[in-house]
Amino acid sequence: MRFNLTTLGNILLILLVGGGLWLVERHELIGDYQIYIVKLIFINAILALSLNLIYGFTGLFSLGHAGFMAIGAYVGALCTLLPEQKEMMWILDPIIWPFSVLHTPFWVAVLAGGVVAMLFAVVIAVPVLRLGDDYLGIATLGFAEIIRVFIVNMSSVTNGSLGIKGIPAEATLLTCYVWMIITLIVLARLLFGNFGNVLRCIRDNEIAANVMGINVFNYKVLSFCLGAFFAGVGGALLGSHLSTIDPKMFNFLLTFNVLMFVVAGGLGSLTGSLLGAGIITILLEWLRAIEEPMDFGLFEIPGIPGMRMVVFSLILLLIILFRREGIMGTRELTWKSLRRLGRKKA
Amino acid sequence: MSDSHDILLRAEGVTMRFGGVTAVSDMSLAIPRGSIVGVIGPNGAGKTTLFNVLSGFYTPQEGQVVFGGKSIKGLAPYRVCRLGIARTFQNIRLSAQMSVLENVMVGCHVRRRCPWWMAPLGLPMYYREEEAIREKALRLVERLDLLAYKDEKACSLPYGAQRRLEIARALATEPKMLLLDEPAAGMNPQESLDLMHFIGHIRDEFGLTILLIEHDMKVVMGVCRHIWVMEYGSLIAEGDPDAIRRNPEVIRAYLGDEVNNA
Amino acid sequence: MTLEMFFQHCFNALTLGSLYALIAIGYTMVYGILRLINFAHGDILMVGAYFVFFGTFAYGWPWGLAAILAIVGASVIGVAIERVAYRPLRDAPRISALISAIAVSFFIESLAVVVFSGQPRPVLQPEWLISEWQLGQVRIPTLTAFVPAMTAILVAVLLFVVYKTKPGLAMRAISKDIETTRLMGVRVDNIIAFTFCIGSALAAASGIMWALRYPQVHPYMGIMPGLKAFIAAVFGGIGSIQGAVIGGLALGFVEIMTVAFLPELSGYRDAFAFILLVLVLVIKPTGLLGERMEEKI
Repeated sequence: MRFNLTTLGNILLILLVGGGLWLVERHELIGDYQIYIVKLIFINAILALSLNLIYGFTGLFSLGHAGFMAIGAYVGALCTLLPEQKEMMWILDPIIWPFSVLHTPFWVAVLAGGVVAMLFAVVIAVPVLRLGDDYLGIATLGFAEIIRVFIVNMSSVTNGSLGIKGIPAEATLLTCYVWMIITLIVLARLLFGNFGNVLRCIRDNEIAANVMGINVFNYKVLSFCLGAFFAGVGGALLGSHLSTIDPKMFNFLLTFNVLMFVVAGGLGSLTGSLLGAGIITILLEWLRAIEEPMDFGLFEIPGIPGMRMVVFSLILLLIILFRREGIMGTRELTWKSLRRLGRKKA
Repeated sequence: MSDSHDILLRAEGVTMRFGGVTAVSDMSLAIPRGSIVGVIGPNGAGKTTLFNVLSGFYTPQEGQVVFGGKSIKGLAPYRVCRLGIARTFQNIRLSAQMSVLENVMVGCHVRRRCPWWMAPLGLPMYYREEEAIREKALRLVERLDLLAYKDEKACSLPYGAQRRLEIARALATEPKMLLLDEPAAGMNPQESLDLMHFIGHIRDEFGLTILLIEHDMKVVMGVCRHIWVMEYGSLIAEGDPDAIRRNPEVIRAYLGDEVNNA
Repeated sequence: MTLEMFFQHCFNALTLGSLYALIAIGYTMVYGILRLINFAHGDILMVGAYFVFFGTFAYGWPWGLAAILAIVGASVIGVAIERVAYRPLRDAPRISALISAIAVSFFIESLAVVVFSGQPRPVLQPEWLISEWQLGQVRIPTLTAFVPAMTAILVAVLLFVVYKTKPGLAMRAISKDIETTRLMGVRVDNIIAFTFCIGSALAAASGIMWALRYPQVHPYMGIMPGLKAFIAAVFGGIGSIQGAVIGGLALGFVEIMTVAFLPELSGYRDAFAFILLVLVLVIKPTGLLGERMEEKI
């Protein structure tokens, strides 16, 4: 009985939300700013899901997410920009062939972003995945930095520190949603089966997994590369969404943000990552308010630039100190758990 | 002992050194197919190191390990497992955050046929196998009296149940040989007795050859057909339980204190 | 390259390496005891540099006084971080503490942006540091000699503390086995706090000299030196103070010399350390002087 009520419910929900988004976008039911936020939530959800696969389910403490995103974003931008645009924009060094003539449809660009990020991940994985947790963190962080240094210096491909502007805004609301759903379905199908059990066993007890006949290293590489693929996809979408990318943007802070989504949502919970990405993205936007001057009628508080990050890091600190398991822990939000919740309330 | 072609596992002159310390020196044993045999010895005699050599965690500096006619020396643990050796650990190693059933399902994974990429594609073949794995795991959980704990987290189980879960998981890999590292540790006499019977049963039921390390002399003497005694990494005696019981070397090394106190 | 230039580069490398070494010591000590990468360590460096900046520039204190107060202040902050963000997580999974460390690091940085503003500020070097010594054809700025000399003194004091005093003995005991040390009646929490105090003091000292060497301060100045110093600590063998010093010096030489001999690679300078890290971890994960730590099966 594969095709049961739960599957039907999931499909209906996915289609319903998709249809709703299509209507919203088509008839401009909500403002541009709201659409911007919702798109950002979808992209962040992709990033959170991919990091959760690597870290939450497989236990690989990777701090290199921004690097993979950067690769995805640059590949995506190079694929979608028109050759003439590229010729105009590359001031430091003229762009080299084949990037100068490259032009693909958007979905190919996103896919290419993911694939190239994954190829880099394979190269990185072989030396660093032999390392244990915190060493792995530093080594992957180092790789993300190396990628950034290379982007700055390889100006004939990346336009160096000037970055790329005017990336075609092809990441529509619906496109972002579809990619998020693809990510979610692929990961859910993998992780809720025995493959997921294997990864979690590697996370909890590597020696036990080894003695169960599991080639731990291969599975680690697989998980790392799959995660990098979706990080690349997310990066490509983000580039198109923001229309401007530059190497500075893909610093450690970006990885930190994604880590925050995952930790807040719950390590080892896919639905937790969705919730985490949604809540934290909104929170981050909402926190912009405290950097604006506030007028209380009688007195006025001047805006404090940078305060947003102070509050943000404080929140992460409080989460890790007082609610380490995040919103969902390792549980998942399913129809079953919702029904149970409903019954408890009633 | 029986003829050489009926030997399932053979270790010859195995020596394992860590820096200057020789944990196992020139250890040889031959285990006939279908038997239950044991290795005993005082703490620090090198029993667990020997297990780690047999299951692939350590590569011995000298000697050979042959399993089913094939050398397994230097093979990684996961390869050794694929060839058909499963083991348990003295300090239990379970995936603490996963349920009992999931732990056993991980054990089934090594014998699966469908590759991982079939899952996202939603191929029916993959799901049929998933279903089969779940059923197989359920049967093992039931056989090991763990059905009541099926959905509990492994770390929340009582100690004895955790030991059984480790055995269930090892059986899920469809081994030819099972290595049990102190299975009776922390059990009371009645539980040890049950364990002895249980070991005999699973040997017959799953067609296993069993090698166990034990502290509890009663368990070893009761269940094992042949016993090797280690002290300071070396073999000091071997033979059937009666011979071991009478061996003066063994009494000195292993039972000495108990005899004096008695 | 002339011989004079080569010597010049050597002195530069020695200076940079000394700065890395001082920071690396803090990482290696904390890691040796708690198995924790203290991500906030680089930010302590920044805090120390800012304290001196404000002490001398805003309040007009003499350099020596400002430096000492800055070191004391940074130590207090280092100990406070341990108390608030690491101690509650000591029994938690190690990664939790690491995330906590990252959060603290970002907190300090963003707070510094708010309090000190995000703009880099120039540091006025005192007169006596700007002067130069002439050694044959080689000209050595006093600062370039001052930094390694100061580092040597600080490391000598540290080694004395660690190897000749009781708290030092306790520290070394904790790094071997924290539980047993506790059972021996050592006040483990105090010793850990003391470790953070020493590490932070050294980081602050390095930060002050860093600010003098590249005469400016800004809120993110600690990140890169921090990461690189950690790499130096890994290179030297994490947990070993001598290793941290050697690793720091080695990294300084690698960075300066590679750029000196292969100027076309100067854009990639920040990548050297990380490439070095990956090489070390792949070839000899324990570093030069590190001890082997294996999980018992």
